Order: sequence, then structure tokens, then C-alpha cells
Amino acid sequence: MPAPEAVFRQDFSVKGGDFAKAGTVACRIKELLKDLGLDAATVRRAAIAAYEAEMNVIMYAWEARVDLAVSPDEVHITVDDRGPGISDVELAMTEGYSTATPEMRELGFGAGMGLPNIKKNSDILHIDSRTGKGTRLKIVIRRNGHGAS
Amino acid sequence: MIVLKDVLALLEGELLTPFPSPEAAFRKVFASDLMSDVLTAAEPGSLLLTGLANGHVVCTCSVADLAGVVFIQGKRPAPEVINDALAKNLPLIVTKMTMFEACARMAGRLEDGGHARP
Repeated sequence: MPAPEAVFRQDFSVKGGDFAKAGTVACRIKELLKDLGLDAATVRRAAIAAYEAEMNVIMYAWEARVDLAVSPDEVHITVDDRGPGISDVELAMTEGYSTATPEMRELGFGAGMGLPNIKKNSDILHIDSRTGKGTRLKIVIRRNGHGAS
Repeated sequence: MIVLKDVLALLEGELLTPFPSPEAAFRKVFASDLMSDVLTAAEPGSLLLTGLANGHVVCTCSVADLAGVVFIQGKRPAPEVINDALAKNLPLIVTKMTMFEACARMAGRLEDGGHARP
């Protein structure tokens, strides 16, 4: 699923365990998409998917590179992390399933809705995870009024 | 739909971010301490009632297009959280009421099926 020719592209980095900066990348992605003139619904879906993915990196992985690519029809967000990976992706996609610590839950996260919510806000979600290596999420969101719905 | 001045009166609330118009309106109300639930189910333009008072609340509301926050049981966010909300034009309110009482009052006031959940 190669990203189509992008009219805008930017990379970000996320550090695992850095709760103080949680949401920084998602908020930046939201600002960029608004500045690019995307419609509010598409911006919201992309921001929520990015935020959930960013929180997953902060809670479970060591570090990640986030690539944002915007084409005339789609928004692509690719999150490539170095971390423990997901041993059972199907189980992780189950609403409510979580391996979060009490500390994570005290911050209001880790309710087992992250991956399902990314899927809900995406038109296409591909997860490629290798235990002990890391996880790659490829999120595609079709822009409202562009391409197939 | 409920406006800011009515929220303040109903919840005997204190506005922590003095900039918004008292007529600023909230389309619905959503109550949760779980930001995951807010990201999953809250509708844009909603007012959030929560017992969580950290910076993730402001970030979550910004990402999900929520329009304001009420902190229950007198929980005050730190000054840097308030400053972040000011920068994002997000009104913050604090009430001494419990979540149950705040939700009950909001639910009694709303006439359009807002998502007030005790």
C-alpha cells in the first residue's frame, strides 16, 4: 500500500515513556492539516487516529517515527515503532482489551480502545508487528469529497 | 444546546479561563474520566465533565474538537494546563459538585438528548 504522490509530507519522532509530551505530534498534525485546508471531519479523524497511535508508542514502545503524507485524495499516517511488538494483533483489536499499567490508566488512557479507535477513524488500517522488534501502523484516511468514500 | 453562563449558574462553577463569551454554546455534554472514551464517543462541540485534571484533558479536547471542560469536585488543573487551554481557546470551569450531581443537573437542563452520564 504505497502512499500516493504526496503534495505535503512531514516526519515526526515520538519517544516511548515521554508522557509529558503526549499529544504533541497529533496536535501538530492537526494544525498542519487545517493549514492545508482539509475539511474539519477529515482533520478530526486524522488527529484522533494520530493521537491514539502516539499514545500507544508512549505507553508501550521505545521510540517511533511518524510520517504524515497528504495527497489530493488521502491522508496517510505511518507509525513505525521500535518496541516489544504486539504478540496477538487480533486480540489487541478487541475493544476493552488492554495491557496498560495502573499509572497509564490514571492518566486517562489504556482503556483498550486505542487500536479499535484508530480503525474506526481510518478507511484503511494495516498493522505489521514483529514480537521483540516493533510495529508498523499504516493509516489511510480518505478526504471528504475526494475519491471513494 | 447549553450556553456557558447557564453552565456556570447550574453547576455553581468558576470559570478558570476568562476569555470566552458567556453566550458560548455547547452542543452536547459528555462525562468521563477516560480520555480513551472521549476520543471514541464524544461528539465535536461537546462540553466534557471529568474528574481528571491533567494536561491530557486539554490535549484530548483539542484533538477531538470538544468545546469546553468542567472539572468536578473542585479539582483544579495546574497553571500550565490552564495556559495551554487559553492558547487553544478552550474554556475551563471548576465546580465543587460530584460527577453524579453535576451530571444530574446537566441532564435535567438539557432538552436535546445530550450525552450526560452520571
